Amino acid sequence: MKRVIVRLEDFGKSFFKKEVIKHINLDIYENEFITLLGSSGCGKTTILRSISGLDKPTTGKVYIDEVDVTDMDPTKREVNTIFQNYALFPLMTVYDNIAFGLRMKKVDEEEIKTRVNEMLELVHLTGYEKRFPRELSGGEAQRVSLARGLINRPKVLLLDEPLSALDLKLRKEMQIELKRLQRKLKITFIYVTHDQDEALSMSNRIAVVRGGKIEQVGTPSYVYDHPSTLYVATFVGEANVFDAEVKKINKEKKLLYLGDNFVSKYSKNKYSEGDKVKVVIRPENIKISRTLKKENSLKGVVDELIYDGSNTKLMVDVDGMIVKVLVFGNDHSYEVGDKLYLYWDNVDMNVFGEKDER
Amino acid sequence: MKNNKVLDNIWLTLVFIFLFLPIAILIIFSFNKSRLNIMFTGFTLDWYKELFNNSVLLEALINTLIVAVISTVISTVIGTISAYGLKKYDFKGKKLINELLYIPIVIPEIVLGISLLCIYSFMKLELGMFSLILSHIAFSIPFVIINVNSAIESMSANLEEAAADLGASKFKTFFHVVLPSLMPGIVSGAGLAFTLSLDDVVISYFTAGPDSNTLPLQIFSMIKSGVTPDVNALITVLLLMIFTGIFIYMSISLRRIKREGV
Repeated sequence: MKRVIVRLEDFGKSFFKKEVIKHINLDIYENEFITLLGSSGCGKTTILRSISGLDKPTTGKVYIDEVDVTDMDPTKREVNTIFQNYALFPLMTVYDNIAFGLRMKKVDEEEIKTRVNEMLELVHLTGYEKRFPRELSGGEAQRVSLARGLINRPKVLLLDEPLSALDLKLRKEMQIELKRLQRKLKITFIYVTHDQDEALSMSNRIAVVRGGKIEQVGTPSYVYDHPSTLYVATFVGEANVFDAEVKKINKEKKLLYLGDNFVSKYSKNKYSEGDKVKVVIRPENIKISRTLKKENSLKGVVDELIYDGSNTKLMVDVDGMIVKVLVFGNDHSYEVGDKLYLYWDNVDMNVFGEKDER
Repeated sequence: MKNNKVLDNIWLTLVFIFLFLPIAILIIFSFNKSRLNIMFTGFTLDWYKELFNNSVLLEALINTLIVAVISTVISTVIGTISAYGLKKYDFKGKKLINELLYIPIVIPEIVLGISLLCIYSFMKLELGMFSLILSHIAFSIPFVIINVNSAIESMSANLEEAAADLGASKFKTFFHVVLPSLMPGIVSGAGLAFTLSLDDVVISYFTAGPDSNTLPLQIFSMIKSGVTPDVNALITVLLLMIFTGIFIYMSISLRRIKREGV
């Protein structure tokens, strides 16, 4: 059993009587990289701020390493935060910025010097000691802010959209960098982002936050392959969403109708005849055939081909609905106007009923 | 276009002459042999000698500097803390207070002078250095608050949160993070308070006592009997002091601009 390092127990938060976080329970383990993923205003930053102590929960408790810190001052908590705008102290040098936390703890200057140098090396900024924040690029500034947090050897590092101010290339580099740091230092990272790519590529676990609630928690591949709700399915990764209806039931198998003419076998017992459902299929799970398949098969016309260097995305018009299909590479014979049949395996299909949605 | 440029330059020169000619004349006449500020009859340093023997003027100068320094220090401290408090904390009537700040700035000085005099006589406070300093503090505070306010606005929002997150108490955060960031605003606020105090006539006229004659008041009263050229010498000395101060301030801020690349 992994050790729980942060526990949110019935945690709720209201601002001006408006409930922003609705009674969340979440355990975060030692040495994991967990991402709180959600669109802006979903409450993910509020969760982070209650762990750092910058906000106090309205209801419930926050535990850090089994100690109740709900009413503890942020200055006393063994967590550090990385801010989106870096929040470096503009009038202090890089060295003084990084040394700030240790100076507040009255560590002696000799040890501070050793540890600052260690940190500068860790974030590849040796030689930057005397620079001022204004003389740093965005990527360098964020490395300094990482060093400034990590030097305190926190139990948890909280990262509030730390890469969103950087350009794409730098962002990709920093993603790898962050992952490396986390593995090397074995500190729990709690990462907040609205970028699902970032969440999928960096995390051990993802918690999808929506409207102040946690919609699903799981490993990136589990959340991607088995989304618990339609929202998660469409927010994490690309998805084709079909309207369907459950029509005939015989013993174990139900038949799903997509539109009027198409039938798919569906064996879960969750829905009964007449239920309207949504069928979600990832673009890469849709296969293409020139001939009609027995089941899970839709007839369509290629509307557009989009080649991005490594993959080709086919936009296929199926009865007026554009279905996205992903084909690896550029080695195919499809052209705009081709008539095709789309099919898929039942395991790649996620079905959500209307009653599942809030 | 070319014509316009020439016209522009002439215009600019005229404006500068208009602004600085009186000051230049004053400096020139401080070296004038003649007693009258009309004709330049020859070079002399006599007026400077006379100045250092004129105990009334020197006493007024010392009074002025004492009042300016003390009122600047006190109003800067009060103004800075007030600006920070008004920004950081929410309370009832905060908006009203923010608006009221501008009233001492926009109302005529004479009104402020009379009101202060009324309060002092109501409280049976004897007019003198104390009442004078108190008045100068009163009219300087809003200027400091407004200057510090603009520095607060330009300060990055979550620096204080970052400091708290790194273990700095509120007290340490204020002195290590907030105060250095507000320094430009505090310095310009203090500078403004200092110059306002230095040349104030109207409010000082109402609130000064017999033992607290300031330089502007002294010069003002000398007009009736005619201004002697040693006043010119005194003003020249003052100007020299002020220009030195401005020069030091500018070179510091230039170095800072170079360093931080603002």
